[in-house]
Amino acid sequence: MTTTNSIAASAYPSIASGTNDHISALKFITCGSVDDGKSTLIGRLLVDSKAVLQDHLAGVQRQGETDLALLTDGLSAEREQGITIDVAYRYFATEERKFIIGDAPGHEQYTRNMVTAASSADAAVVLVDATKLDWKNPQLELLSQTRRHSLLAHLLRVHSLVFAVNKLDAVEDPALAWTHIQGALTTFAQAAGIAVRAMVPVSALKGWNVVDAHPGWSGYDGPTLLQVLEALPNTPTDTDLPLALPVQWVEKSSSSSADTSQGRRVFWGRVAAGQVAPGTPVQVFPSGQLAAVAQVLDHARRPGGVGAGQSAGIILDREVDVSRGDWILAAPTAAAPAEDDFDTPASVPAWPASRELRTTVAWMDDEPLVAGRVYWALHGHRWVKAKVKAVVHKLNINTLAEEAATQLDPNAIGHVDLLLQEALPATAFSQARVLGSMILVDTASHKTAAAVLVN
Amino acid sequence: MNARTTPDVIQSALSQAAAHHLSNAHLDALEEETIFILREVAAAFDRPALLFSGGKDSLVMLKCAEKAFGTKASGGGIPYPLLMIDTGHNFPEVTDFRDFRAKELGAELIVRSVEDSMARGTVRLAHPGESRNVHQSVTLLEAIEEFRFDALIGGARRDEEKARAKERIFSHRDSFGQWQPKAQRPELWTLFNTRLQPGEHFRVFPISNWTELDVWQYIDREQIALPSIYYTHKRKVVDRRGMLMPVTELTPPRDGETVETRDVRFRTVGDITCTAPVESTAATAADIVIETLAADVSERGATRMDDKTSDASMEKRKKDGYF
Repeated sequence: MTTTNSIAASAYPSIASGTNDHISALKFITCGSVDDGKSTLIGRLLVDSKAVLQDHLAGVQRQGETDLALLTDGLSAEREQGITIDVAYRYFATEERKFIIGDAPGHEQYTRNMVTAASSADAAVVLVDATKLDWKNPQLELLSQTRRHSLLAHLLRVHSLVFAVNKLDAVEDPALAWTHIQGALTTFAQAAGIAVRAMVPVSALKGWNVVDAHPGWSGYDGPTLLQVLEALPNTPTDTDLPLALPVQWVEKSSSSSADTSQGRRVFWGRVAAGQVAPGTPVQVFPSGQLAAVAQVLDHARRPGGVGAGQSAGIILDREVDVSRGDWILAAPTAAAPAEDDFDTPASVPAWPASRELRTTVAWMDDEPLVAGRVYWALHGHRWVKAKVKAVVHKLNINTLAEEAATQLDPNAIGHVDLLLQEALPATAFSQARVLGSMILVDTASHKTAAAVLVN
Repeated sequence: MNARTTPDVIQSALSQAAAHHLSNAHLDALEEETIFILREVAAAFDRPALLFSGGKDSLVMLKCAEKAFGTKASGGGIPYPLLMIDTGHNFPEVTDFRDFRAKELGAELIVRSVEDSMARGTVRLAHPGESRNVHQSVTLLEAIEEFRFDALIGGARRDEEKARAKERIFSHRDSFGQWQPKAQRPELWTLFNTRLQPGEHFRVFPISNWTELDVWQYIDREQIALPSIYYTHKRKVVDRRGMLMPVTELTPPRDGETVETRDVRFRTVGDITCTAPVESTAATAADIVIETLAADVSERGATRMDDKTSDASMEKRKKDGYF
């Protein structure tokens, strides 16, 4: 047997120095309706990129044939029924990039699991089953699940959307079908205001255009699905906004010796928006106290500046009462004085707080959402009571059109007015993800009942 | 069977190793997520504990915990005890290392053993040589009740096994310690719903998104010390259906089997009776990174006898309260 030692010793230092640090793992979800071939597509990605190990491949033989779907459907109930119930997370890497796949279920009753997977994804691959469409018709209708999953991904601000048109090998004229389906997808995306990164015709079953290109069958000669995924950007962090940091953990005292702040408490949390560095003027929420940042520690406890998406330890320049759940926000800016306006406040908070919120709610509980109920809401690291003031609209999940409604049924999405027990610096989700997102938790069952996007 | 160290395989592994996904940016993102979760547990629960076996995954978690909370020397320290469920079938190199690390950190180490559960009569073995791995669940649930733990942090990874791939990072367990895969709480953004009814608890998996390769890269980058048996050593083994079984007092050779001394290392460390080493001359974490890239059999496939019984065995065990 060849020893690896000498080879590793000579090769590894150059790896560890990391010359290509600008690109990180891509988290993507796959969505589509039942039997569109999601699990098969993932199996194909894993097998053709040689990410499946021999013992796992041996475990997915069924009557002598390899059933790629069995690679991801890991629960016994899923194998019994041949469907995906919950999100499976899979990991694979190519020479270009590392990937984390969230294999989200297609069934309408598992929308909550799709929302779960989408909330942390950089990209969504929406699978379109060519055999289910009237592909000979240039004005063909898309399946409602295609619209639904695209709109959900759009609503949740998944950064990149890719359409993979599957099973084109099974129609008699793949090139015509591809042209018509591509046209219908483009029309839909434009009407819905959805930016589409790419569309790729594939056969998950045969492996065409998934990892390896298969030219000359559909008139498409662009990159394969994997090549598209390798080039997609990560979700940008909200770095260009004013500072907002939800305090997660208070370290009782710091003995970072070289600093005058010795003995001060360290406020740890992940920067939600903006950046923080020594000298940054801040205001603590909800107390309103003003201070300046004396020192910032990064996740390795080295002093420096930290931007959105990373955890920071903040030491303030004076003793200020701060607990878990509080926010460290950018200090208010002076307001421009308006003439003859004596009511102008002296300063404008960077992140104004409010007790009343208009929100978009993805309802996940088995009981319907009705006005009057009180839930726990979690925003950042702060728990508050939230009362449902009114169900304003229900969204037609296929079109996102607003429809009159007095309640939201399980897996429905709608506009809801919430009244909070205390004001929170909640901001539109479209502007700032962390400040704009909350969950609702049932006070009796403790189940997570809703994903909330602040409007 | 595990380390295919022919020159072309190594060359291919090295070209992969030189590529993007081995960059530090990826490890930084994983570390950030792990530290965030470790702090969340400290802040959100009254009586958490960190399961610590002395194995590589728990040592990686411990390293992240040191970063999250500082060390005793720096005026900080991990704010929860370490908990070990001892099957009595552990490799001494691992338990010695566990004790050494706990002492070094000044951490409280709680050990509860399957032997004690057997003495109490809560664990009954079908036969004396049976693997005790599965029986750890009983002892674990007894420890949870004894200390009223409300969150147990574990080093399980989603790449290990199909049922694990489905589990949330904050995994709710009922008062019987059962995982209910069909009724998992949605996990949205990083807004973790940590609310509990009395008697229930959470299992929390801060390194869910790490792969075996990530773990070895991190061990290499951070120069984390491991029990010696993770690296190459000479060991008496028998070849049993393609797996190398260590010859110990608990696992003697069967009739007709030939005992050989081979260069081996352990990819995973658990109950002696069901943990097999792989053939390897890898002496450093960097060597193992290369071997892992070249491996064509999964960590559990190569090393665990007990996972092979059925596809759903892990799911069933988790429903019964297993980690």
